[in-house]
Amino acid sequence: MSEPAAGAGRVGAANESTLAVPASNKDLFVTFTFLALQGFGGVLAVAQRVLCEQKRWLSKEQFVDILALAQVLPGPNVCNVALMIGDRFSGWRGAFSALAGMMSVPLVVVLILTVLYAQYSGFPMVAGALKGMGAVSAGMIIGTALKLAPTLKQNPLGVPACAGIGGAMFVCVALLRWPLVWVLLALGVLACAAAARRLKQAHQVSPSP
Amino acid sequence: MTLEAWFALFGHFLLLSLLSIGGAITVAPDMHRVLVDQMGLLNDAQFNASIAIAQAAPGPNVLFVAAMGYQAAGVLGAASTLAGIMLPSTTLAFAAARWGHARRDRLGLRAFRAGMAPIVIALLVATGWILSAQTPGWVHTLLTAAAAILVWRTRVHLLIMVALGGLAGALGWV
Repeated sequence: MSEPAAGAGRVGAANESTLAVPASNKDLFVTFTFLALQGFGGVLAVAQRVLCEQKRWLSKEQFVDILALAQVLPGPNVCNVALMIGDRFSGWRGAFSALAGMMSVPLVVVLILTVLYAQYSGFPMVAGALKGMGAVSAGMIIGTALKLAPTLKQNPLGVPACAGIGGAMFVCVALLRWPLVWVLLALGVLACAAAARRLKQAHQVSPSP
Repeated sequence: MTLEAWFALFGHFLLLSLLSIGGAITVAPDMHRVLVDQMGLLNDAQFNASIAIAQAAPGPNVLFVAAMGYQAAGVLGAASTLAGIMLPSTTLAFAAARWGHARRDRLGLRAFRAGMAPIVIALLVATGWILSAQTPGWVHTLLTAAAAILVWRTRVHLLIMVALGGLAGALGWV
């Protein structure tokens, strides 16, 4: 793993000017394979760390942008993310390489585990280990969210509106357990409309983009 | 499994793919209805084990679909359920990403990115919350909180955290 240039900030504050690009489609495949193999209980936390901090292919803002589209579309979020990043860097071949990297080796692992599971599921240690790993992976997703939260400071909506929208989203999905599709639709339309209004106002005040 | 059943399974997963906003796990209840109740290809224990295995294994959680297909009808079953759940959604994501990226400077797309950013981040917190709340107990919650803080504030390797969590669980502490 190459270290970033001196002074670029150790805790992964990649500026758009210091970003790198994947060397080849093979690089995409290999990177996403290793990234996926580190992702126990979900790949998103690893993806953010590898893509934004280690490889520096994306800024945190770009990661949030891609994740936004991946989350509103149907399909597994991390697979959509891999596909979009691969496509962004080298077209459909890149998209295929990244997605294949994300899925191929983990698929083999899951099938092997499926065969083994029947034999070992009775052991309490196995069940206990799975529980402990589950607790950690849940925390890793929350930690990733906390790390991405500072990108909202530059959001045209402003921090208070972002906090309000995010808070409402959390309450509806996590506490009230309302169906995601409807919450996403209602709050998404509201938030995008508010953002459009703010962007228009900003445009009228200063016509330069 | 008959060819007819195979087509029915594949077709059903193609349809579920387009409904799986928030990930394939959101349509798991409907998979249960078809695989367990309707077609009788899996029992409840096999169905639940598929989800547990994919969550514990490295890689995207959508692979639970392959574990179900495998238990229902071997490698061919895994291929049909996984291809079914992936093909429509990835095609759509590919097209939508290109469309959006080509128009990224338009007001509508800028408003989409700005408006969705807080929602995306809140959804991550909600996902972690729901996953952790599935298992009660204060040690479990403490482990989740510790992992969140370590990921947020430090660069401790993620695999080390997962290994420690697994160890604590294997020792029966969680």
